[in-house]
Amino acid sequence: MDVLMVRLFDTIEESNMAWIIAADRALRGAFDKTLIDLVPSYTTLMVHYDCRLLSHGEAHGRIREALEYLQPADTQAGQRHEIPVWYHESVGPELQRVADRAGISIDALVQRHCDRDYCVFALGFAPGYGFMGLVEEALATPRLETPRRKVAAGSVGIAGRQTAIYPLPSPGGWNILGRTAVPLFEHARRGDPLLKPGDRVRFQAVSRDEFEAQGGDTTPLEERP
Amino acid sequence: MSREGAKGLRVIQAGPLAMIEDGGRMGVRHLGVTQSGAADWVSLYWANWLLGNAPDTAALEIVVGGGLTLEIERATRLAWVGADLDARLDDAPITPGSSFAVREGQRLVFSQPRDGLRGYLAFPGGLAAPEVLGSRSTTPREQLGGLHGDGQPLKTGDRLAWRGEPGEERRIPAGLLPPMPRPGCRLALIPGAQIAEFTGASLYAAFNSVWQVDDRADRMGVRLRGPRLESRVGSMISEGIPLGAVQVPPDGQPIVLLNDRQTIGGYPRLGALSPLAAARLAQCLPGQEVRLVAVARERALADYRGFLRNF
Repeated sequence: MDVLMVRLFDTIEESNMAWIIAADRALRGAFDKTLIDLVPSYTTLMVHYDCRLLSHGEAHGRIREALEYLQPADTQAGQRHEIPVWYHESVGPELQRVADRAGISIDALVQRHCDRDYCVFALGFAPGYGFMGLVEEALATPRLETPRRKVAAGSVGIAGRQTAIYPLPSPGGWNILGRTAVPLFEHARRGDPLLKPGDRVRFQAVSRDEFEAQGGDTTPLEERP
Repeated sequence: MSREGAKGLRVIQAGPLAMIEDGGRMGVRHLGVTQSGAADWVSLYWANWLLGNAPDTAALEIVVGGGLTLEIERATRLAWVGADLDARLDDAPITPGSSFAVREGQRLVFSQPRDGLRGYLAFPGGLAAPEVLGSRSTTPREQLGGLHGDGQPLKTGDRLAWRGEPGEERRIPAGLLPPMPRPGCRLALIPGAQIAEFTGASLYAAFNSVWQVDDRADRMGVRLRGPRLESRVGSMISEGIPLGAVQVPPDGQPIVLLNDRQTIGGYPRLGALSPLAAARLAQCLPGQEVRLVAVARERALADYRGFLRNF
């Protein structure tokens, strides 16, 4: 009723981000005080406008105008985050599953997960939860058949060719590989999430000692799916 | 009882679920933070209107009742709108849709749902609680909002205070307060999103069947039980989800997403319930029978604007 979905792409590509970010800025400007919420995702932006102030036609018109002369945003301007992760089976129960599917050792899996920058495509699911990708094809692993009722905060996981960090304890069906001590939710609580769409993330494997020194919680992720 | 430190009201016994909710946390979904806010926002608006508050002011959303007991520490006037939870002030029944005076030492008890699921207890000027990302609404899953700002629902021993003084007594004009949902109640659905991807038989079934509210129903979403709906898309690339979105996962049973829904998701959708219909659904108990009725966007908008003219 008071929502319009702006669909820019049909597939998930890193190159989408320059346009999604540009469209986000342009739409925020075009709607200004009549905007209630704007939710960008991989290929779309959902515009929730104040229908007491704008008709559907007017909202349509503002979107059309805002997108007419859109220029791609400079994605190099996004922040680059290095995130230390303790990869270990006690906190990463799917290390073996993902490694087996790829036909490699756990050590090789860790190395390859840390081997590239991931683009933050969207925030959603939970406060500050960044959907990142793309992990290399060989490591792509489908979600668990039955989601866990509780995944620990800081858990780093893979689903398909995406990777993410759980900011808060929550239910979840991703393949968990390890855990980080970097707080993500603290930022979301203040309205400034650590990860933003267009940012880049690189994981760094750290030892248990380093993880603990960073304040990491070593409580095993016990609940098996 | 010592009067020292008297704030307003003390929770003698916490029921199963009572939380501070207001009009919701807006403008934050791009952070992954949910909208939240009163699930039956229509009742919240009327509860606040009775006290002369702005309609989206923070009040108490009381679900089921279940023995929630509040002791008054300071005389004032409160308003109670929404479900009939067998509310009593020192044994005198409180009718939903009214405001009433309370005195120091009196007790308010909410027992069991007799009609509807959630009631709204409003306070002069609204409940005092810190604003978190622009709202006082409680979201336990995200540890945001509520009395202490950490997303905790009301606990035994909590003390509530309000921010204003009661104004002139008001009564809701007859016929304006919508009744709680009746069996077979009609929920307006604005078709949209992926509706063209559903099979003809599924679309017929969606709008010509009686749906039952499943026991998997909460502030995040309400699952409906009935014929299996099939669409040609299994899952999609995740995108933003509006209030009332009717999504259909692979098992074919629709889920209507409410205030605490996740911000993005990837199941195909029939469209979205109108805001007024979403508020009605939030009052349905498991087992309640409902029907989905397709309405045009313009119609839903006119109904919504018409409703808002009351405030």
